[in-house]
Amino acid sequence: MNVTQNTEAQRMSFWERLYIPEIVRGLSITLRQMFKPKFTRQYPEERWEPLGSYRGRPVLVLDEDGERCVACGLCSRVCPALAIEVQAGETERDKERYPVKFEINMLRCIYCGFCEEVCPEEAIVMSKDYELVFEDRESAILDKEHLLVPIHQLQDRLEFLRRYK
Amino acid sequence: MPELAAQVLIALIKAFIVVNAVLLAAASLVYVERRVAAWIQDRIGPNRVGPFGLLQPFADVIKLYFKEDLVPAVADRAYHRLAPLISITVALSLYAVIPIADAVVIGGERVPISVAPHINVGLLYILAMTSLGVYGIVLAGWSSNNKYSLLGGLRSSAQMISYELTLGLSILGVVMVAGTLDLADIIARQKHVWNVVYQPLGFLLFLVASFAETNRAPFDLPEAEPELVGGYHTEYSGMKFGLFFLAEYSNMVVASLMMVTLFFGGWHVPFVPDLPQWLGLREGSLGLALFQAAVTLTKTAFFLFLFIWVRWTVPRFRYDQLMRLGWRTLLPLALVNILLTGVVLLVVNAR
Repeated sequence: MNVTQNTEAQRMSFWERLYIPEIVRGLSITLRQMFKPKFTRQYPEERWEPLGSYRGRPVLVLDEDGERCVACGLCSRVCPALAIEVQAGETERDKERYPVKFEINMLRCIYCGFCEEVCPEEAIVMSKDYELVFEDRESAILDKEHLLVPIHQLQDRLEFLRRYK
Repeated sequence: MPELAAQVLIALIKAFIVVNAVLLAAASLVYVERRVAAWIQDRIGPNRVGPFGLLQPFADVIKLYFKEDLVPAVADRAYHRLAPLISITVALSLYAVIPIADAVVIGGERVPISVAPHINVGLLYILAMTSLGVYGIVLAGWSSNNKYSLLGGLRSSAQMISYELTLGLSILGVVMVAGTLDLADIIARQKHVWNVVYQPLGFLLFLVASFAETNRAPFDLPEAEPELVGGYHTEYSGMKFGLFFLAEYSNMVVASLMMVTLFFGGWHVPFVPDLPQWLGLREGSLGLALFQAAVTLTKTAFFLFLFIWVRWTVPRFRYDQLMRLGWRTLLPLALVNILLTGVVLLVVNAR
């Protein structure tokens, strides 16, 4: 039997094996830690403001001339989760079509941002809204009334898209 | 026998105050523990219930009361019910002999502060009662009829028996120096020099052993969450679990009080033992008693903080490490400590 032992206990010096100085060192570290600034965000009072790159709830852009959407249906086609339903209608204006019905099922949406990427009119963008709570399945299907958001609230995202898309 | 009736009445009043104070302290300690743990981990901790979250313990206790009290179908119902009662009874009865202040003179009569004052075996009583506390945990583990509970109970009994030896032997040094087992006398003798000066090794051993005795980290193997689910209280819910919880924290308070009493001079102010006299507090007055209680409780609070502080610093021992430390390091050291104390006392007394 010629076994060389190299256990942790043998590698340690006498003072380390006593543990007490090391424990005191550990205690001093945790004590200092107690007075450091805390990371916790007091959520309902202190909210997080996401950056422009954040992909939250998809919304429809509402600019000065009204909604931008021309109801081409590309977003609906590209949506991998089949969350978007668009029904087009005719208008008298230059933009000839508009969505009669535009619904996003938030229970299906996976926040991939494909709809935004494919949109030729920059009419559907991802917002910063991350507080998505619904009391039943019906209210999770958002219609135009809930989707249209004034353009000035979406400036960060539009800027981000212009720069990186 | 009006004399006896009066004594019983006084003891009952004192017991009522002590039990309520202890339960309140134990519940508040849970809040303190959570808060300190949070600070050490760069978090804020409970701060929603009441100002600074101070009402959190009450919310916790109310929640525990309204929880379903579940007893497993395979459990031994009688012992399952008995176990938490043993734990909490033992934990609370320990306070009977601990003096937190000197006696008060009311109507020409000296009224000691503790419930059962001047028991000449006060220290032995405490050691005996803490050993009884094991029964609560072992019974809980066994009667739950659950492997994790049983393992937790087994570990705890092995651990407590191992560390009780060290605990008792480390106290012996103090007893040899003081020459008495009466806690109030031991405090009285520490007026000028605290026992920790005479017994630094004894204090260290007592500190480590009482961490193990109260099942606190780094010796909290009986309830090691990653391996044993909840340990001996896996199958307990509602206020039965709450009783174990309160007993654990109450034991912490006792251990801290014992450290203060035995090693850190009880109610004596450090460096200026005559401070209360300078402040004009008369011997036996209520003001003096309150002052002494405040001193004792401040020192106790420091040791309670130490308990919590260590829990969030030192990782848990492995079972074999625990046993090796107990039997091969602490026990011989305790014996050496007694030997040294005896030799020094002999030399000093011979002169």
